[in-house]
Parts: sequence; C-alpha cells; structure tokens
Amino acid sequence: MKVRVDVMLKTGVLDPQGEAVRHALGSLGFEGVGKVRQGKVIELDVAEGTSEDTIRDMCEKLLANTVIENYAIEVLG
Amino acid sequence: MRAAVIVFPGSNCDRDLAVAFERAGADVTMVWHKDDHLPEGTDIVGIPGGFSFGDYLRCGAIAAKSPISRSVAAHAGRGGYVLGVCNGFQVLTETGLLPGALMRNSNLKFICKPVELIVETTDSAFTGGYQKGQGLTVPVAHHDGNYQVDEATLAQLRAEDRIAFTYADNPNGSTADIAGVLSANRRVLGMMPHPERAVDAAHGGTDGVAMFRSLAEGLVSA
Repeated sequence: MKVRVDVMLKTGVLDPQGEAVRHALGSLGFEGVGKVRQGKVIELDVAEGTSEDTIRDMCEKLLANTVIENYAIEVLG
Repeated sequence: MRAAVIVFPGSNCDRDLAVAFERAGADVTMVWHKDDHLPEGTDIVGIPGGFSFGDYLRCGAIAAKSPISRSVAAHAGRGGYVLGVCNGFQVLTETGLLPGALMRNSNLKFICKPVELIVETTDSAFTGGYQKGQGLTVPVAHHDGNYQVDEATLAQLRAEDRIAFTYADNPNGSTADIAGVLSANRRVLGMMPHPERAVDAAHGGTDGVAMFRSLAEGLVSA
C-alpha cells in the first residue's frame, strides 16, 4: 500500500527557500508569481491495512515538525 | 562535574565540547547514540554540533529519535542539565525540550564566522559567569540557525527571562535576534554559536571559558 505525505510549512512561517525560488522565477522573466512555498513529498510503502491513525502517528512523531509544518496524508492504494 | 557528550553519526564538534568540559575540570564520557542510558551520576549532557544523520529529513530530527535521546529527555525531566550547541540546539527543539524551531538562514547561506553575542540573562548555571548586557565574541557555523517561535512563545520566553543570548547583528534571521534559549527550569540551554570553540587563545578568543567554568562551579544536583 502506497501512501503519500505532503509536508508544508505552516502559513505565516517564513520560507526563505520559497522566496529565493520566487526571485529566481522573476529573474527568468516569469511574471505574476506572487508567492512560492516549498515543501516535501514523502512516499511510503506500508503494509496493507495500515491505518490512517498509524500514518498520522508517523507524521506527528517524525515526518513533520508540527511546530512549523503541516502535513497531509493521501493513500494512493 | 560529570559530563556526558553524545556522539551521533555526523557529529563533528563532540571532541571540542569534551575538551571544553575537561578544561573546566569535568570528567567526560563520550556516549554513542545507540546507548540507551547515560553514565551513572551524569550531571550535564552535552549535545554537540555537526550534521547528525546528514541533516536528513530536518536538522536534528533523526537524532532526536535515537535511543539515547529518550535518556537525555528523562535526565532533563529529572532536573538534569543539558547543553545543546548548534546541531545540539536543533536536536533539543526536535525533542521538544526547548520551544521553537531552527530553520534555513534567511539569506540561505552557510554562515561561518565569529559573531558578537549579548548576554541577556545571568540567571542560569550557564550564564552566571557573565554580566548582563556583556558582549561576547563566539563563532557560528550553521546553515539552519534561523530560530523561529510564535508570538505567544516569544512573549513567554521574555516574561520568564529565558532568552540567554541574542546576536548584536543578527546573521540568520532569528526571531528577536535570539541566539540561545533556556528551558523553563533554566537547566537546558540550546544555542547556535559555539562556546566550545572559544576556550583557548589559539581559537582566537576565550569568551566561552566562563560558561564552562560557571557550570563546573554552579551545578546543583538533580
């Protein structure tokens, strides 16, 4: 069973890397890019039947730092 | 003073930290991260700088889940002392022993240079050897030293006088110029600058000596 976890900085948390990407897009001539936020995608191959609660536990304990990051879980099947 | 210095794969300031403790008169034991207990009678745990686990996932995140980290948390819970420097500070925020998080420097660059710190409180065993407002020159060497806390936590840190050091000229974007913070019981200190790299004239400065000396003199049994 494949699971995808998206980890993103919380709204309001400064994202200097996203800002740098935004500047670089601007310098390449792409106009109108208002905001860039950078995060991570973590793909897990877990045992069939692993509950979403277990995945959430993994996120809370390790995959995300909930002081600064939010996470979203998607079961890919 | 009995000090235990934790060694993770990728730690690179462990020996420097051990030498700084030894010079202050401590018996130092190096403790591998896979050990699940600290040496009997440990007064203070040093969590060194470096790149534990290659900074994978987030700086300090994997180290914070190492077997020894549970023992360090238990030691702190009993009122034991902990000093986390640089990557050690990142480990302490990841374990939840200190609030906030260390993020990428605001200019995105690795910064390696001596900086001026201001001593914000002398009310701790770490900072009791300094004067409030004193300027110290201590090296920094980090890519992720941008300390971020929310407003409520910042207000609490200020109200409880838990900001140990600030930067005179903020190099990394840290909230309120914070370079080091204390736990609520004032026995856990995390800081990005390296006091252990300022304990010998050959380092270019000795402003870190007073911290280790003050610890050697001021520790109260847990």
